[in-house]
Amino acid sequence: MMFEAILLTVATAATPLLIAALGELVVERSGVLNLGVEGMMIMGAVCGFAAAQMTGSAWIGLIAAICAGAAFSLLFGFLSLTLATNQYATGLALTLLGLGASAMIGESFVGMPGVRMQSISIPGLTEIPFIGKFLFGQDPIFYISIALTAAVAWFLFRTKAGLTLRAIGDNHTSAHALGVPVLRYRYLAVLFGGACAGLAGAQLSLVYVPQWVENMTSGRGWIALALVVFASWRPWRVLAGAYLFGAVTIGQLHAQALGIGIPSQFMSSLPYLATIIVLVLISRNKRLTLMNTPASLGKAFVPDR
Amino acid sequence: MMRIEIIRRPQHSALFSALSPFIALLLTLLAGAVLFAILGKNPVAALYSYFVEPLTEIWSIHELLIKAAPLILIAVGLSVCFLSNNWNIGAEGQFIAGGVAGSILPVVFPDFQGWYVLPVMLVLGMAGGMAYAAIPALLKTRFNTNEILTSLMLVYVAQLFLDWLVRGPWRNPQGYNFPETIQFNSSAILPEIWTASGRAHWGFVLALLAALLVWFMLSRMLSGYEIKVLGRSARAGRFAGFSAGRLTFFAFLISGALAGLAGISEVSGAVGQLRPSISPGYGFTAIIVAFLGRLNPLGIIAAGLVLALTYLGGEAAQISLGISEKSARIFQGMVLFFILASDTLIYYRIRIVSRSVETAAKGA
Amino acid sequence: MKKYILGLAAGLGLASLAVTGAFAADKLKVGFIYIGPPGDFGWTYQHDQGRKEMEKALGDQVETTFLESVPEGADAERSIERLARAGHKLIFTTSFGYMDPTVKVAQKFPDVKFEHATGYKTAENVSVYNSRFYEGRYVQGVIAAKMSKVGVAGYIGSFPIPEVVQGINAFMLGAQSVNPDFKVKVIWANSWFDPGKEADAAKALVDQGVDIITQHTDSTAPMQVAAERKIKAFGQASDMIKFGPETQLTSIVDNWGPYYIERAKAVIDGSWKSHNVFEGMKEGLVVMAPYTNMPDDVKKLAEETQAKIASGELKPFTGPVKKQDGSDWLKAGETADDKTILSMNFYVAGVDDKLPQ
Repeated sequence: MMFEAILLTVATAATPLLIAALGELVVERSGVLNLGVEGMMIMGAVCGFAAAQMTGSAWIGLIAAICAGAAFSLLFGFLSLTLATNQYATGLALTLLGLGASAMIGESFVGMPGVRMQSISIPGLTEIPFIGKFLFGQDPIFYISIALTAAVAWFLFRTKAGLTLRAIGDNHTSAHALGVPVLRYRYLAVLFGGACAGLAGAQLSLVYVPQWVENMTSGRGWIALALVVFASWRPWRVLAGAYLFGAVTIGQLHAQALGIGIPSQFMSSLPYLATIIVLVLISRNKRLTLMNTPASLGKAFVPDR
Repeated sequence: MMRIEIIRRPQHSALFSALSPFIALLLTLLAGAVLFAILGKNPVAALYSYFVEPLTEIWSIHELLIKAAPLILIAVGLSVCFLSNNWNIGAEGQFIAGGVAGSILPVVFPDFQGWYVLPVMLVLGMAGGMAYAAIPALLKTRFNTNEILTSLMLVYVAQLFLDWLVRGPWRNPQGYNFPETIQFNSSAILPEIWTASGRAHWGFVLALLAALLVWFMLSRMLSGYEIKVLGRSARAGRFAGFSAGRLTFFAFLISGALAGLAGISEVSGAVGQLRPSISPGYGFTAIIVAFLGRLNPLGIIAAGLVLALTYLGGEAAQISLGISEKSARIFQGMVLFFILASDTLIYYRIRIVSRSVETAAKGA
Repeated sequence: MKKYILGLAAGLGLASLAVTGAFAADKLKVGFIYIGPPGDFGWTYQHDQGRKEMEKALGDQVETTFLESVPEGADAERSIERLARAGHKLIFTTSFGYMDPTVKVAQKFPDVKFEHATGYKTAENVSVYNSRFYEGRYVQGVIAAKMSKVGVAGYIGSFPIPEVVQGINAFMLGAQSVNPDFKVKVIWANSWFDPGKEADAAKALVDQGVDIITQHTDSTAPMQVAAERKIKAFGQASDMIKFGPETQLTSIVDNWGPYYIERAKAVIDGSWKSHNVFEGMKEGLVVMAPYTNMPDDVKKLAEETQAKIASGELKPFTGPVKKQDGSDWLKAGETADDKTILSMNFYVAGVDDKLPQ
């Protein structure tokens, strides 16, 4: 029983990271680096919470969060794509703006218990010992996150549009020369990234902790960004990374509760150290990493006319 | 259907180089006025609080320099990294490492007192920052590990380590077990520049010196040339016989040293002891400063001062008009957006195309 | 457009007024420095409630300003000084880390009164005020031991500072007064405010078998987790009953209003004197939210315990008490002095955790 309970906790902790990282993965595969994940995520969290609160429906909240994240990402898109501004600085500005704007929007929602998105339940299946609740008894966003991983993997590596997207990320100049509408693809990718970040935010304010408070993302957007690199831009590895990170985070809490007496600061830094170590192990194979890294990442594209 | 298109200028526009900051300022003032009007505040008074009030008193200008010093120091170091395509976003961690290493003398050996204490602290601070920055550099050159991720993760580790230090072994034994070290003795305090009028310390002068040195290196020395060539095209650099690995180390070490120097000057100049958190995110804000200053050390001095002003202005507006701190953050985001957008004009011409015309032209 | 021209005139007028400081004469300007946003629904929220109560009680006599999310360290000194220069005559700095900056600024502004929360350095114009939150923790411990079936409670801590350690020990002693074998499991979130992390900590504790959760972090997330897992929990800083109508047993409410009103009045009538106070249930700084979701006998016991503490009959840290390592701390009948309480850095027997030394 305890094993399953821990597994569920890990899944809840990993899901927002996974969703936001999947969105950013698509963005980066198109050659754009959006450091504004944290800002888009928190906008999703606040708008999702507000919409659910006003309508009483968690699903409407979820849709509102997706729209908010996507709309907010357009701001980044306009600057970094249409005006070709520096992507690093623009993304950071987006995070700054998101944290401020969400705090302002959310001011009147502080201290309200939120609407919780209910977990599903399938009679007969949910009660299976050990894995029933994990497989058949979680909240809808968990299933969305798994489906999304498969969908992104399929899209990137099994469709023509995905191939084109990756080609743009690897070399936007030659893609443009071949007649590919680079900016249109990138806009769509940025929108998708924003929508995913918004959804991840909704998971926080509708499932993880159904409430709104300022800064409630507390750096999860940054972890999501790190996971993309960690996964060397591969969707299933993002999933593995998110769950690994979640497992170490939850594991250190359990270790503390067992009273093993190691300073809690060292325990808390374990997830970060583990991420570094695993990344070092993965990236030792130089050829493999270089193959996956989008070569145009972070560079502005301006078509020559 | 309208569309905005940008076209690369044959060479960058000197006119817009000069004008762009002013265009950005104008747009910011306009958008700010609209924002404050929406919030129901008097726009003129609000803008006055933001941009003028902090500059009307000498003490407040001192505070501006205190706030700008770490931003400039870190951003100057980052500019070397970014120019050479090394994405160090862990300056916050290097700042902390510098603060911790530099504090060894006054915290662990408070009996050492004398003129030599401060120089040793500053050197140790730089060494601490360098050592911490060397980790992502080593992992990048040795194992090909992405430096964005490693440098960022190391920020969290540094924060937790500092937290442990000041709650555990370095805690002030006379401090009611609160998480802070003893107050530094007077020989370990970075002196104030002009005590009579405010508390700005020599950290700002260090920042100016660092900016000038790095500017000189980038524009007049071979290593600066190397950085720019390799940054623009790794292949061309290799062709010229420059080593990318050596340069990665060089960039990270410079940037770590300056972040570490910023850390120890903040601790010894403005705070006077170690605390669980010694930086309100300077390492991250400095990334913005570096880009606002267009990765040019002299530009970074100006950018650092402007960003510091928005912090002080936000505070002044909270007091005089009750504008919430949240609007201050929104405002900072907006300022950045406008400055970035106006900079586009330097390199590109902007054209608004109506789609029907375009199709017609193609048809013809 | 006309409005803005008027605005311009008003703006310039305001600026010149601010310089002369003419309009601060009749009202007492009171400033507050907050460590977080008032919207945290925890520590800062309660201070802000206190500020609002003061405004309500004193009406036209006061005018209040606050600076929110002021980082401890170099920024604090500037923020406090700016308030002092803007004509505030009474300034509350509401976090421990503002101690040295407050004292430094106070030296520069001898005619301004400063009130620093939870510190220990006083001066001619600097008072210190602190609250005996641990008194509430003792009552919670009594309830927990009565209500828990497994005899183990989970405790989510923020940082191991004396205030939090006091709470853990008082909780433990309260629980042991009912059940000598009671156990407490502690998880440090290493944050005052991170709803996600606090929720994770709460889940981990529940998964390890505790059936009561108490927290010394500020968000309502642990309460929500407890509600979801159908166990009981205690709130922190504010009344969190909305987040667990069938879960919250009670909550320690930080009630700063009375103190803020009293001190502002003292400045107005000229009787303000520097002091160092450590007040609790008796003075109304610590208030317990209604006792809910418990049988009548437990409620009665809780109320009696609270009444005894409020009257001074019961002091939570009264011997015989052993430290965690088995050594004696307080002999039978001996009570801990305030200095020991304020710098508490050890556990009493029975706590299953280690403190960083």
